[in-house]
Amino acid sequence: MHSLTPAEWTAVELSLRVAIIATAVALPFGIAIGWLLARVDFWGKTLLDGIVYLPLVLPPVVTGYLLLISFGRRGPIGSFLADYFGIVFSFRWTGAALSCGVMGFPLMVRPIRLALEAIDRRLEDAAATLGAGRFLVFLTITLPLALPGIIAGAVMCFARALGEFGATITFVSNIPGETQTISAAIYSLLQVPGGEAPAGRLVLLAIAIALAALIISEWFARRAGMRFRGE
Amino acid sequence: MALAVDVEKQLGAFRLAVRFETAGGVTALFGPSGAGKTSLVNVIAGLLTPDCGAIRLDDAVLFDAAAGINVPPHRRGIGYVFQDGRLFPHLSVRQNLDYGRRMSGRVQDAAEFERVAKLLDIGALLDRRPRTLSGGERQRVAVGRALLMRPRLLLLDEPLASLDIGHKREILPYLIRLRDEAGVPMVYVSHTAAELRLIATNVIRMDGGRVVAADGLDLLREADANSLV
Repeated sequence: MHSLTPAEWTAVELSLRVAIIATAVALPFGIAIGWLLARVDFWGKTLLDGIVYLPLVLPPVVTGYLLLISFGRRGPIGSFLADYFGIVFSFRWTGAALSCGVMGFPLMVRPIRLALEAIDRRLEDAAATLGAGRFLVFLTITLPLALPGIIAGAVMCFARALGEFGATITFVSNIPGETQTISAAIYSLLQVPGGEAPAGRLVLLAIAIALAALIISEWFARRAGMRFRGE
Repeated sequence: MALAVDVEKQLGAFRLAVRFETAGGVTALFGPSGAGKTSLVNVIAGLLTPDCGAIRLDDAVLFDAAAGINVPPHRRGIGYVFQDGRLFPHLSVRQNLDYGRRMSGRVQDAAEFERVAKLLDIGALLDRRPRTLSGGERQRVAVGRALLMRPRLLLLDEPLASLDIGHKREILPYLIRLRDEAGVPMVYVSHTAAELRLIATNVIRMDGGRVVAADGLDLLREADANSLV
């Protein structure tokens, strides 16, 4: 394998940055929504459930278009965030992170929700009788017990974010150095004659990153599981 | 210690309507399965909210429906030993024992820890995980964990029920030592008269969600005659 050109490195670095930021920002929301769906009964729960899973079943181009008209420069949310907070998504790498986070979100919420549903709530009662208020119970009992599910959710989201193509290219286009992730770069290379060799290098690198993510998550999940089995 | 309970709670088709007072020692809640003993203990701990009535522990009101008072479980200072132990699987025995102190933010008291570990003979288990403990060891750790939160009152819900006869014989002496040495008032749930004869200082008999008798240990002799053991 030949070494990567600076342009290819840029795509790799950008992909990692986008996927990591997307996962990190989505995680607190993923835990909150997972907890809400697992633990609280409220009016409109079915609707929220549906909205969370929508990006999983919609064509990615549709999700990207919806992001464009709501978070774009002239979109209601996009213009508000730009005017009051100076946060701009359109044609920026932050927009790529947003679309990747949205696409990965359902995959993140599901294992977190399942892990929270599987927790023996009587352990939380026991913690309460030992003097822990609701937030401390969540922090010291619920969260650690749900950790394998949270790790699984984060990895699923990261993997989805790393490979996201349709929604991202629709929302923030394919700008080298700004929004051109590995997937978009491979796509662009395959559109021009002689692009197969550099595209091949990026393909191998994508496989390597995905494998590394899987191995690291497996290691984390096994360590978390070991704590419960008492090893 | 003086515990005064006068509560009602509808649980599906079952109605818990209980009134009793007790003044320390080991108060046994005695009665057949389904008498409402566990529900009553959960009410005292604050895990179950009554529909009406009041609960007082010494001069503190823990619950008063009319006055709108309902102290949450984590502020009641009541220790609870569950039938199934409920040790935290992700924590070591030492961390389980230390949990109550950590949650209340008290400074570590090595002497107290040592004393409880010795009383219950669990000093050798401290670095193990709950899953590797035997049933008897697990219940002893559960008792220690509840004791180390310095409870004003200790609730024990059939602490021996999940154990076989050998483990029951193993753990009962520790509970008797607890009564005689630690001096913590206890409410002790059981449907086994033999067990209560050894540990109880007074007995409240329940059936169908109500207190049917509350006059001392004579009840157990009568129950014994009906061979409930």
